Amino acid sequence: MLVRILVLLYLVGAPALAQTLCQPNASNGYRVRISIKTALGNQAYEWNENEMFLFQATMAFAMRRYYKTETYNVDNIIVCNQTRRVSFWFVVISPENPTMLIPKADVEKAVSALTTRLPCRPMSNSMSRHRINNAFLLTDRTLEFLGIHPTLAEPVNPDTPPWLIVFGVVIGAVFAGIIALLVSSLLQKRRKEKGMMEDGQDEEDRQMKGVENGINLDGIYNRGFTDDDRFTKL
Amino acid sequence: MQLCCFLSLSLPRAGLKQGPSEHIDNDHETSLPRPKWNNKAEYLLTCIGFAVGVGNVWRFPYLCQIYGGGAFLIPYLIALVFQGLPLLYLELAIGQRLRMGSIGVWNSISPYLGGVGVASMVVSFCVSLFYNTIVAWVLWYLFNSFQEPLPWSQCPLNHNNTGYVEECVESTPVNYFWYRKTLNITPNMETSGSLQWWMVVSLATAWSIVYICFIRGIETIGKAVYVTATFPYLVLTIFLVRALTLPGAYEGLIYLFTWEILKNPQVWLDAATQIFFSLSVAFGGLISFSSYNNQKNNCEKDAVLVGVINSATSIYASIPIFAILGFKAHTNYVSCLNGNILALTNDFDISDMNITVENYEQWFDSLNGTHPSRVSDLNLKTCDLQTFLDQSASGTGLAFIVFTEAVISMPGSQVWAVLFFIMLFSLGLSSMFGNLEGVLTPLHDLKLVPKWMPNELFTAIICLLLFLMALIFCLGSGNYWLEIFNSYVGSVPFLIIAFFEIIAVAYIYGIGRFSDDLEFMTGHRPNIFWKVCWLVISPLMLFVVLVAYVAVQAQTPPTYAAWNPDYVNFPDTEVLPYPDWVFAICVLLSSVPVISIPLVAIYRLICCMSGRHSKDSLHNDPNPYANEDYVVERARP
Repeated sequence: MLVRILVLLYLVGAPALAQTLCQPNASNGYRVRISIKTALGNQAYEWNENEMFLFQATMAFAMRRYYKTETYNVDNIIVCNQTRRVSFWFVVISPENPTMLIPKADVEKAVSALTTRLPCRPMSNSMSRHRINNAFLLTDRTLEFLGIHPTLAEPVNPDTPPWLIVFGVVIGAVFAGIIALLVSSLLQKRRKEKGMMEDGQDEEDRQMKGVENGINLDGIYNRGFTDDDRFTKL
Repeated sequence: MQLCCFLSLSLPRAGLKQGPSEHIDNDHETSLPRPKWNNKAEYLLTCIGFAVGVGNVWRFPYLCQIYGGGAFLIPYLIALVFQGLPLLYLELAIGQRLRMGSIGVWNSISPYLGGVGVASMVVSFCVSLFYNTIVAWVLWYLFNSFQEPLPWSQCPLNHNNTGYVEECVESTPVNYFWYRKTLNITPNMETSGSLQWWMVVSLATAWSIVYICFIRGIETIGKAVYVTATFPYLVLTIFLVRALTLPGAYEGLIYLFTWEILKNPQVWLDAATQIFFSLSVAFGGLISFSSYNNQKNNCEKDAVLVGVINSATSIYASIPIFAILGFKAHTNYVSCLNGNILALTNDFDISDMNITVENYEQWFDSLNGTHPSRVSDLNLKTCDLQTFLDQSASGTGLAFIVFTEAVISMPGSQVWAVLFFIMLFSLGLSSMFGNLEGVLTPLHDLKLVPKWMPNELFTAIICLLLFLMALIFCLGSGNYWLEIFNSYVGSVPFLIIAFFEIIAVAYIYGIGRFSDDLEFMTGHRPNIFWKVCWLVISPLMLFVVLVAYVAVQAQTPPTYAAWNPDYVNFPDTEVLPYPDWVFAICVLLSSVPVISIPLVAIYRLICCMSGRHSKDSLHNDPNPYANEDYVVERARP
């Protein structure tokens, strides 16, 4: 009889106790703020009990992952004070001792856990956070754990800055063009010189004929006869 | 047999030479023919490219914005018709007639005014220095536009990866990229900082590209302008179509259509100076370009065409610029509102997305009515679209800060950034052609080039010299020096030179003789409008603009805006006065180019007084066939 009363008390009292453990501004609790419509727009889903269950399950998953030893369950994640916003408080209780709350720091570590086995991904160093976000199709900005700052995404640092590559291409093309043009000018001059040496005979003939219309540029125009204006007429 | 003798008591006249027997085709001593344009289109495109520069894109829209588009266009067009076009026609005509660069031309018109040509050359030299640095900045941004995400869209992390760089957080990522990553600017002018290697690299690229276009003189320039002069129009059209479809474009365009009474006299001064600097007269470049023309070319039509196209381009460029500025203001306004909405939603636990941009006002009023203290504790920002629209910028601020910020919010940002910077690069490069031509042609005509040196080598030496001197702008304090050069070299000396040009042609050369030359070239005498402008209106306008400009400059205290992260009001720039030695340099920069005008006049006067019989000092092109012994004999009584 006494055992039955105690069992009844335990069954009734535990959730009540659990509820008192979870309070707004609890010392070991975190506030979560979810903005589904901001993230998904027209494809936003409704936040209901099932989604809350998924949240509890993912938190339990994060705790299991971090503490590879203990087995956490959905019952260990206690949620309270849900608002329309959607925001709520949650605390994590230890599976062995239902009255003991997991300290805030450990919960934070579990949420933003760094796994050392896998290589760092460029998007986010926090594997668990990444998984939690993906479960809800949300991002670090729309699924906020108030008090846990998202680790800043490490910028991609390529070995050669991209601008150097573009610069290399441009300057290579320009120098190739300069060299090509200089070489072709040089060749043209050499060809002209060779040509002038070969028909030097023709040059003299042309000079003797005099210049017509100023179009024939091979001869030297006799300027003594052109600058009439510089001499005053007598 | 008639024997002719020299009579050199009057100033030598570079007058009319008869028909086809004139031989100014050849350069004087050498028998190398003067280079010619391949066809008229190349010549026109080069002149248009020279006139249309970055100022058409980033100065004209700014002036329209602060004065109101409708109000600014009237003085602008008046200044174009009465000041810009006459000056343009004058320069193209004398260059085409006398077939020499600026020094040769002014020496021919009057040896006492040869200093005008020297001043032109010196000013072109100084402008080339800083103008190509701007081109180098554009190249740097262009190289950086090929990244995803754009480097100016987000703040970099600080060295222990705990947060973002503080300087970037306090200002904006765009400002940080410009002032820190590009310029690495020092807090004031006294600290010079060191040479920024990436800037040196960009500057070297800019000068190499200029060199490759100049390698064979106008032969290669003529090919290059087919691209550099036409590409900007293509990009502006693309931007026009894109910008008009962006939200907020309409609010931005309102600026172009605002009409206000022209009560501010400053608008006339700004319109006149804008037209003047926009047409790039007094550089000597236009004289050089037209000197390669055939003499029988209708330069009147060319001048009107170039002037009208230049102004039309300015107006055409304002439309996409305003549309994009309107889009940027709209984006800023929406993000400001969204910040407030988020604060209200989080604090009052209202359902997500119940407060939107549209119903923000009603929500705010109702919440403020019921919980005024809580609302005021949130410190919400006042978001006013008009305030965002009124933020204006010109010059490098427009291109590298405002526009880059707008581009981040446009879908496909890399494409728009690349297009914009290639357009600015083409505009800058085609103007550089004219700047450098104003330096090279007079040097060729002065016969300062040793005969053994091929042209390519000479051009390379000049480009290398300019590059080495422009390294000063790659220092940490380089931007401050560039502003000084821009304000002091690129303003008053030009006005003075243009004033002397027009006085020289209208009064010393004589409007009668000039009209004869024009009749020879174009086939008809200039009509009364041109004559009145050259004789009265343009010199008067120039003189008034010069005096007003100097007066306004004298009243503004010599200060500069410094970017100092340690400043108390940090994201605002700190206004510092110029140190004394810097101010002395400013005065030197304004006066040294134009000091050659009186100096050369005095020098020639002294030479003329002392050596009346030594005619060579007054003639630039000694006739190798003139037998002077014979002449002296005849002059003896």
